Amino acid sequence: MDAVKVIEIKKSVYESNDREADRLREELRSKGIFLLNLMSSPGSGKTTTLKATINRMKYTHNIGVMEADIDSDVDAIAIAKETGVKSIQLHTGGMCHLDAGMTRQGLDELIDGKVDFAILENVGNLVCPAEFDTGATKNAMILSVPEGDDKPLKYPLMFSICDVVLINKIDVMPYFDFDLEKCKENIKLRNPQAKVIPICAKTGEGVDEFVKWLEEEIRINKG
Amino acid sequence: MHELGVVFHIIDDVTAVGRENNLTGISSVTLQLGKVSTVIPEYLTDCWNWAVKKTDLLKEAELIIEPIEAISFCEDCKTSFDTIENGKTCPNCGSTHTFLQQGNEFMIKEISGS
Repeated sequence: MDAVKVIEIKKSVYESNDREADRLREELRSKGIFLLNLMSSPGSGKTTTLKATINRMKYTHNIGVMEADIDSDVDAIAIAKETGVKSIQLHTGGMCHLDAGMTRQGLDELIDGKVDFAILENVGNLVCPAEFDTGATKNAMILSVPEGDDKPLKYPLMFSICDVVLINKIDVMPYFDFDLEKCKENIKLRNPQAKVIPICAKTGEGVDEFVKWLEEEIRINKG
Repeated sequence: MHELGVVFHIIDDVTAVGRENNLTGISSVTLQLGKVSTVIPEYLTDCWNWAVKKTDLLKEAELIIEPIEAISFCEDCKTSFDTIENGKTCPNCGSTHTFLQQGNEFMIKEISGS
């Protein structure tokens, strides 16, 4: 029998994924494709926000949506039915997040030569998706009012990696002890660069500002 | 919370290293895990023992986890303190202008095999 060899590796568990994500991001940029990774906890209004956003942008962009869930295809069906854009469902097989490799597989199916604005609706979870770079051009997250203004303190990594934070369900603010200014302060503490946009996906309030932010980022990505 | 997902990443990375070095079997994999890395060692070991059975190169591989203490630094009084005991508040001066120095690492340190 051969002697036992010890091989030193000394590398982060996340390093391979980070490299794959950087490769994917660069490939997308060179093809003029913008990929938005949308994250939040379950029930914060990701699908409703996407419907409102897509319906404002679908006439000027070729939009495609990837819905990532542990199981079911309810979100993909809802998006396709209510917006008419191409929508596919990705099943994570029990996993709590998507990584860059899984995102690439989804994009291979979604992008048919037409789609130039791809949206990934990540698994509803404030912890794991933050650890794995998907290769998205920009990261967005939604925090809804019933979840509380202290969430940026409890889930610092998620807030620190997001380019934009949407504070959703502002129509019910009077019924909850949610302090919008305190919440903005808590976000700035973790991520001074993050743009914060209060919205109500149901009534459409604030959605135009999010669309404006997206349009600008898409323009920058195209160079 | 995402122990199973990271186990698959570790298996992929370690398999690649094992192949490059012409190993026929990997007997152990050593990780360095910070105490505030959000990964629970017991869950990681459970996921590991389940997932390696499905591989060729790693089916006998033991997972060795070396913990790394979580230590924060206070920018106001310039002292270090235990993060798990004190959180973000400096026990010396009460300031919250503190940052984590170490303790969120999640590294593959080494493997052994033949």
